[in-house]
Amino acid sequence: MDSIFGLAFFILLILVGMIVGTGIERHHFRRLAEREARFKNFLVTNLRTIPRQFENRQAFLVIGSAVIATDYFKVFTAGLRNLFGGEVKSYVTLMERARREAILRMLEQAASQGAAIVWNVRYETTSMKGNSENKPGGVEIIAYGTALK
Amino acid sequence: MIVVNTETIPGRRILQIKGLVQGNTVRAKHVGRDIAASLKNLIGGELTGYTELLVESRREAMARMLAQAQQLGANAVVNVRFATSSITSGAAELYCYGTAIVVDQPAQAAAATPPVPPQRPNPTNA
Repeated sequence: MDSIFGLAFFILLILVGMIVGTGIERHHFRRLAEREARFKNFLVTNLRTIPRQFENRQAFLVIGSAVIATDYFKVFTAGLRNLFGGEVKSYVTLMERARREAILRMLEQAASQGAAIVWNVRYETTSMKGNSENKPGGVEIIAYGTALK
Repeated sequence: MIVVNTETIPGRRILQIKGLVQGNTVRAKHVGRDIAASLKNLIGGELTGYTELLVESRREAMARMLAQAQQLGANAVVNVRFATSSITSGAAELYCYGTAIVVDQPAQAAAATPPVPPQRPNPTNA
């Protein structure tokens, strides 16, 4: 009886994760695309040296960070994927969301301080461990670069 | 204090290199945030509490790094890098490091180096 109840609860969690999580993700991607449209004209590179034509500009550090969690359904499908191997799509979108969110926040900081150029962009990633298992509960990403005003 | 993550600061000359400066924090997520986060783990999405914590500890680590630079008498930090690592499920370290340097003032630099003529596009179909 207990195991049947446990299984039902597990399936319920997966269903909630699948329906709500997918909805939230879709909404997040739409928001990301909208916000990114604003920065179309920004010059963003990961080149290290600043060319001479920008010599008289003011330089300062801009940083953006985000912590994004996976949903239960994704953890489950990733676990299945571990059996067969291959690309774990559910985590690919998770990383993409976190990375785009972090770099958007960095660009928003640059824009709020009047810069439209960001040089030498770097990312730093950490996976946070979930509370119960060894699977990642989420990722935290820091994006930083030198803004030129 | 000028802080950049490039190796040079545009329009400024490096007068003196003071050396490596660093700052770190190890932060633990408190229980209330952990519970909220574990609920969020069901449906996915941004863990706002953790993001705030990350921003706070980033500021703390940078403040420690800048304090070190100030102590050395530097007026800028170049080539700043961040590194994070999760130690256990409850705590994470944020580490921030860079090179403290002394740079000249922009007016000085302008006097020292001859002005560069503005770049013109190449006349391709002249």
